[in-house]
Amino acid sequence: MRAFDPDRLIELVQVIVRNPMRAFLSSLGVGWGLFMIIITVGSARGLENGVRADMGNDVANSMFMWAQSTSKPYKGFQRGRSLELNLADVAWLEENTQHLDLVVPEIQLGGYRGSNNVTRAAHTGAFDVHGVDENYPQVNPFRITRGRFLNPGDLNAQRKVCVIGSRVETVLFDKGEDPLGEMIQIQGVLFRVVGVYKPKGTGEDAENEAESIYIPFTTFGKAFQTGDRVEWLSVLIRPNVDAAEAEQATKDLLLLRLNAHPDDKRAIGGWSMAEEFQQVESVFGAMRLVSLLFGALALLAGVIGITNIMLISIKERTKELGIRRSLGATPQRIIQQILGETLFLTILAGLCGLILGVGLLELLDGFIEDGGDAGVFRHPEIDLKTVLNVLIILLGMALLAGILPTLRALSIRPVVALRSEG
Amino acid sequence: MLSLRSIEKSYPLAGGQLPVLKGIDLIIEQGEMVAIMGSSGSGKSTLLNVLGLLDNFDAGSYHLDDVDMSELSERQAARYRSRFLGFVFQSFNLIAFKSALENVALPLFYQKIPRRERQKRALAMLERMGIADRAHHLPSELSGGQKQRVAMARALITTPRVILADEPTGALDSVTSNEVMDVLREVNSTGITVIIVTHEADIAARCDRTIRLKDGRIIEDGNSSEVVEPTAHGISPIS
Repeated sequence: MRAFDPDRLIELVQVIVRNPMRAFLSSLGVGWGLFMIIITVGSARGLENGVRADMGNDVANSMFMWAQSTSKPYKGFQRGRSLELNLADVAWLEENTQHLDLVVPEIQLGGYRGSNNVTRAAHTGAFDVHGVDENYPQVNPFRITRGRFLNPGDLNAQRKVCVIGSRVETVLFDKGEDPLGEMIQIQGVLFRVVGVYKPKGTGEDAENEAESIYIPFTTFGKAFQTGDRVEWLSVLIRPNVDAAEAEQATKDLLLLRLNAHPDDKRAIGGWSMAEEFQQVESVFGAMRLVSLLFGALALLAGVIGITNIMLISIKERTKELGIRRSLGATPQRIIQQILGETLFLTILAGLCGLILGVGLLELLDGFIEDGGDAGVFRHPEIDLKTVLNVLIILLGMALLAGILPTLRALSIRPVVALRSEG
Repeated sequence: MLSLRSIEKSYPLAGGQLPVLKGIDLIIEQGEMVAIMGSSGSGKSTLLNVLGLLDNFDAGSYHLDDVDMSELSERQAARYRSRFLGFVFQSFNLIAFKSALENVALPLFYQKIPRRERQKRALAMLERMGIADRAHHLPSELSGGQKQRVAMARALITTPRVILADEPTGALDSVTSNEVMDVLREVNSTGITVIIVTHEADIAARCDRTIRLKDGRIIEDGNSSEVVEPTAHGISPIS
């Protein structure tokens, strides 16, 4: 392989140095286009990161289901029959499902956002109290800051233990007081605190989440006389399984299990975080695509500018090209030269736009990290894959920009080129 | 050896063709120094362009050392120009933004000679032309004579078989013209064929052979002393 000839680079630089203002103005379009791509894609990512941070406490493939009243008569049962789930149904579902990885039974004291009387000495608070099993954090992850979460032993022995949220700790305990091992009273029943957790996400949902208390499902049934009744199921959909398909299949199984009409749309309620995530994902996917498209259009405008400038340049340099051909420049050499100049100019401008764009995103990120108010915006960034894709687009457009000028340069016969002025 | 047989060349005009070369038969042996003379429009520059593979022809055949030039692709023609031919033009045709050294080294760039070697040989050639001290000057900083020396250095740097000079002294004063002709004679003495297009009789007189063209045809071809007649002022062309 032949070593790189520095004169090739020198020739490219000479072309730019000869007319720096023209080179700058023609490059500006491409630089601006790439800058816009970086900024728009990075901003879309910042928005996505912000939304994802707000959804941080949720698991992308989780789904929630509960039994409701039937809307169709079935096998002798009238419509309006109230359905209920229990632990046996949970076990049956786990055994028969092909779409789910995990089924967690859940029950809540006082209903959704109900106010419960939780006390500790002189401290009182109204918190959500959930009966769950040891697998619950897989569906609703949070950070255990002290102690531990519930374990199978707690479930089996129906221990009166609880894991409290950070907000519960703040309300029920004095500052500096260690809640681990301390007793709190839930609806008059004493529970020992074995762990404290902090929600992973941010925003209102996370604040609400910090106001919950988790106790063993089995203990819940005994302490609050709910037996093995399950209010809703928190489930994890298997990887690579479509969320809508999993939801429908699970509903079908539950309808079968509960002797409800297979076409009863209202008998089983459900809410799929996976579908929410898929929708959010598709919105952000569309945002990324649109920002990339607009950036690419801006880039295309810049590339057209460079093509135009190169065509003018070829016209002005016709004689020079004639001289080069008289000195032995083959058509391939002319192609290399014109394409090289176009690529050099385009890529140089593109890289300037890229560096400026990434620099601005970094500045913005630093501002947000330092506590600047950017709303839902968080960590605007551009990943390496996108940068590589953008560079490939840039390279393709640079080649495109070079085609017309190159064809024009090749179409001029040496003798005609030598006769031209300039 | 350059051999042209029945070369014809026309230029398209609105509504027809303008014949410029009408059946040129010509053989130039290696090492000859030939002047091509003729009035304006006689076809002498077109003939030089055909000989230099800068322009194609419509009919006839052109052989350079028994190789048929009419069959060459543009790429092959470029290679022949690079290896066998050197050009000297009236208007010098130096690349304005390149220094004298860079201009001289350019043909070697197209021969893919390494940069260091190019620079070394270009500097040696400028020394031979007596203008090494102007190596790093741009053409705009050189006199007409210096520019033509740079152009000749560039034509000679590839050690071509043939030098094709189109009015090489046309833009120079008589002293500089003589210096340029001295260089061309010296070049010719090394065995390189030199073909000069000129309308100056005293330039033709310094060549061994003169070919006179009129209306695209060779009307005279012989020893310069026979074709070019001396006048009271020296030598002048036969009209």
